[in-house]
Amino acid sequence: MPLIKSPAEFEELKADILLKRDPNKRTITLCSGSACHATGSKLVAASIEEEVQKLGLSDEVEIRKTGCHGFCERGPIIVIQPDEICYLQIKPEDVPEIISETIKGNKVIERLLYTDPATDEEIIHESEIPFYKNQQRLLFGNNIKIDPKSIEDYLALGGYSALVKVLFKMTPEQVLEEIKKSNLRGRGGGGFPAGIKWEGSRNAPDDIKYVIVNADEGDPGAYMDRSLLEGNPHSVLEGLAIGAYTIGSNEGYIYVRQEYPLAVENVGIAIRQAEEYGFLGKNILGSGFDFIVKVHQGAGAFVCGESSALMTALEGRAGEPRPKYIRSNIKGLWEKPTVLNNVETWANVPLIINNGADWFTQYGTEKSKGTKIFSLVGKINNTGLVEVPMGMTLRDIIYKVGGGIPGGKKFKAVQTGGPSGGCLPDNLLDLEVGFDELTQAGSMMGSGGMIVMDEDTCMVDVARYFLDFLTDESCGKCAPCREGVRQMLKILTNITRGKGKEGDIELLAELAEVAQEAALCALGQTAPNPFLSTMQYFKDEYEAHIKEKRCPSLYCKELINYYIDPQKCQACMICLKKCPSDAIIGEKKTIHVIDQDKCTKCDTCFEVCPPRFRAVTKISGQPVPPPIPEEERILAGRSKDK
Amino acid sequence: MSKILVNIDGREIEASEGMTILEAAQSLGVVIPTLCHHEKLEPYGGCRICTVEAEVKGRTKLVASCVYPVEPKLIVRTRSDKVDRVRKMILQLLLSHAPDSEQLQDLAKEYGADKDRFEKESSFCIHCGLCVRYCAEVKEKNAVGFINRGARREIAFIPEIASKECWDCKECFPLCPTSALQAAYVFTEALVSDPPSFKPDSNY
Repeated sequence: MPLIKSPAEFEELKADILLKRDPNKRTITLCSGSACHATGSKLVAASIEEEVQKLGLSDEVEIRKTGCHGFCERGPIIVIQPDEICYLQIKPEDVPEIISETIKGNKVIERLLYTDPATDEEIIHESEIPFYKNQQRLLFGNNIKIDPKSIEDYLALGGYSALVKVLFKMTPEQVLEEIKKSNLRGRGGGGFPAGIKWEGSRNAPDDIKYVIVNADEGDPGAYMDRSLLEGNPHSVLEGLAIGAYTIGSNEGYIYVRQEYPLAVENVGIAIRQAEEYGFLGKNILGSGFDFIVKVHQGAGAFVCGESSALMTALEGRAGEPRPKYIRSNIKGLWEKPTVLNNVETWANVPLIINNGADWFTQYGTEKSKGTKIFSLVGKINNTGLVEVPMGMTLRDIIYKVGGGIPGGKKFKAVQTGGPSGGCLPDNLLDLEVGFDELTQAGSMMGSGGMIVMDEDTCMVDVARYFLDFLTDESCGKCAPCREGVRQMLKILTNITRGKGKEGDIELLAELAEVAQEAALCALGQTAPNPFLSTMQYFKDEYEAHIKEKRCPSLYCKELINYYIDPQKCQACMICLKKCPSDAIIGEKKTIHVIDQDKCTKCDTCFEVCPPRFRAVTKISGQPVPPPIPEEERILAGRSKDK
Repeated sequence: MSKILVNIDGREIEASEGMTILEAAQSLGVVIPTLCHHEKLEPYGGCRICTVEAEVKGRTKLVASCVYPVEPKLIVRTRSDKVDRVRKMILQLLLSHAPDSEQLQDLAKEYGADKDRFEKESSFCIHCGLCVRYCAEVKEKNAVGFINRGARREIAFIPEIASKECWDCKECFPLCPTSALQAAYVFTEALVSDPPSFKPDSNY
């Protein structure tokens, strides 16, 4: 392994790597991120290797297992370079055909291509698929080109050149100015300007300072930091080293969830490789700058994503927040100046150094610059990770990139910002996504969770769900969060169970104010947001639940009943046979009736009733019609209609 | 130590650097209620009953006075509608656990808190952590600690330590703001009952 001792040696190494690589060599890249592991990419990888070897193509074809491509809905994904032929949802049995037809025969296999639902056209190139075409993948783009376990892949794409640039051509002050000029804001949630944070630590008089990567991503449904750390760990390390150089730190930590085994593995490998090459360690590249990085695995507490709780946990104590009236960039880890930024923030740093602040600020809005990665999930056609310029509208993200709502359902709300974020309704779909825009609308950027909800989603239940999560994840140290948020959850649970009463909304608002104003940390202060935003935009749903005992979305079990419309029932026996609690009375040619006392509201009959009948309905807020008399249930007269 | 001029409830005071608002107020004789504060212990900021309004450079926010350090030109209001609202609600929340606590009842009178606002769940403990922190910081024994988190958090004595250290100490008992018997009860429980089994969480 070459230990690089100077910028000249670095250039030589890079030239060597590029010389060894033939850009025209056939390369099969396979998405091997966590999401694709779940859909079987390991088996696909094994069969590619086997098949290539079997046909004696090992010398002509390179196989590269990359990080997440983002289009997780359609994984595992194969892209064959240099032609960029993209095949989706690959199974091991597709592999022999791919190797023989496409690799050997230069023929595109149409059935494996993406078909644009709008035009019915097949699309060959990955970058032309609407999901990708409408993104701006500054950070994520390299994920598809890099084997995260190979530092050479990263170097071949210009990796570590930003570190070399700052160490040999820039003073820490110049780096700081560049970061400040870029107006890079923290991607972890708060949106605090990174440059200002760094400056505080740089100016602090202490000798010992720390830098930390916050990779304790814990929002339900969010996995963008995970995929970045898994797919391109060196970009995070490079950013971290640049930050350390700028503030004068010689020691960094990566606080990553123990539940992210692949991220832990890949970042561990990356650190070892970077040390071997001399990008980390003592006297980096002969510059005189020392910097080491250690990995700390979090023990699974959401609150440890909060900076002061994270630092307390890193010190070896229970992960509880502490008062932050003195900012952690002045007095943080072990009471030393500490810059903590999130994975995505650090990954932006090398880009800004390489391309300049002016390049970076061309993307985004006036106050939110660059791009943002979102985890686009929920009721959306193209589930996955998307990276878009700040300022793109919610509508474009959901419809152009996300491909809209499945099943012809109507959009109801999009929840952004993780559990402490808020739900935005359809009249805000043209909102430009940025830190301040989202906050003004009653939600927040958070770390980039984006959960799309359709008309079947009950907004009171959504608020209940997130408060349940937060009650569970509260550390319990301060009273407004431990007690207040728990009481909020109790009230919301009662409302969804039909036990809501006059005065509940007012009491929720009082509790929300106390948590916002008096809780110790951001978890408690923002915990009322799911209630406040759904209350702001969907007040009628709260009132229907409380006053009419009706769930407008027909979701809350205690507030709905299942009913078979005797005019529509064709006595097909399907629901009757599938009902797990034998609650459906009937037989062939006899209209089916639900025994309401036996019904457990499991939704099975509703799901299995053939769409051409649609006889099973849900009703809420009104009594179930009495069953029709037994003598009228015979279907003989209507059977010929069928 | 340099002196810092702060204004508390309209009165100017010279405070030393590093002092908290609570300490500065106490030196003026201004009373701010506390539950988790103890002069021998590190400030904790858990109960939030000492919340006050702090105005800096024209911006007002609510802060916990026991942990907020004084700074130049700080204006503090120890009572306001908002402060009283927060204290009242916190008292109501805590009273659902410890309705008979005299200390809480006295404060409830002052702030008009209704002890029946929330359903009673008399666990007695209000999680001020005085016993836990006193044992750790003053006695350095760690015989009592917190277990679990969030709404399920409880204090628990560690039998191995408690059986040796606690008989001649019991200094944490009178610290308890709900009743001295609370710590005594949990202590006895730790020593007489079988080791706790981990039951699935049931009660919120």
